[in-house]
Amino acid sequence: MIVGDSKPLEEILEMIRDKGKVLVLGCRGCVTVCNVGGEKEVGILATALRIAVKKQGWQTEIGERTLERQCDPEYIEELADDIEDYDAVVSIACGVGPQFVSERFPEIRVYPGINTTFIGGALEHGVWVERCQSCGNCLVHHFGGLCPIARCSKSLMNGPCGGSANAKCEIDPNVDCVWHLIVEKMEKMGRLQELAEVWPVKNWLTSRDGGPRKRVREDLKQ
Amino acid sequence: MRLQYPTNVRVIQLPCSGRVDILHLLRSFEDGADGVYVAGCMEGDCHFLTGNLKARRKVEYVKKVLEALGIEPERIEMFNMSSAEGPRFAQVAREFTETIRGLGPSPVPKAKAA
Repeated sequence: MIVGDSKPLEEILEMIRDKGKVLVLGCRGCVTVCNVGGEKEVGILATALRIAVKKQGWQTEIGERTLERQCDPEYIEELADDIEDYDAVVSIACGVGPQFVSERFPEIRVYPGINTTFIGGALEHGVWVERCQSCGNCLVHHFGGLCPIARCSKSLMNGPCGGSANAKCEIDPNVDCVWHLIVEKMEKMGRLQELAEVWPVKNWLTSRDGGPRKRVREDLKQ
Repeated sequence: MRLQYPTNVRVIQLPCSGRVDILHLLRSFEDGADGVYVAGCMEGDCHFLTGNLKARRKVEYVKKVLEALGIEPERIEMFNMSSAEGPRFAQVAREFTETIRGLGPSPVPKAKAA
């Protein structure tokens, strides 16, 4: 899922200062699963903003709404019936949400209420870790199911660097050296010799180095 | 026991303090409560194992929200007491009321009566 962090309340309050009517807009996709932008978080953020508004004596009105997804135009369209009542939208979806909303309703000011951080998974309730960098050319099967691109601080493809000590990365003692894990796993699987293969410089054109990416499925297109 | 505690304390019963939600706590402040406290069972005595520990973490979260909004975080607290401790319940009610009196009224205006 896409994982995010709430923006500080102070930053969001600065965004909505002087606005008459503000909609806090959630998304039932990834941000619901990572407890940062779903219906519940819409309620919490909207309530916190209402407390601040009352305290400051502003006249701002705060509305709440959560869409099925903010990354699909068909759900964004549901806003069409009453969006003109609002002066601003605070979208707490990933970075796609505020862009899709402002593309569809260019006259409305749209603010991001969260910082989108990474593609990852939950280790346990309340703990998320990065597992994918969407490089566009998945190779995890060569490395025992572990991704050296997302999980090595330097995205090294041919073994650990000199900063690996006691199975930890030099950037932080809490970060595992993924190359240590890869070697351990491959050894356990009896596949260690596969790591002798030298990977040439990775072609990053499939990643962000090739510019913004677009995917078209002719069989699905209308 | 016929213990007396301040009449300003409004008790909202829950099946377990773990049921308390961040939204419940914030809504109380939105409606103009001067202070809110959660009274849970003694730590280690939760019938549902960790309800009171989770309640404490939610209270800590709301403290941070209040702080960000410029409201004294002391306006929300978590207390642990056993259901057999009637006198402690009354004492906490009195002490917390005094703490909140010391802080003065909430900077959030009261909601208009329906």
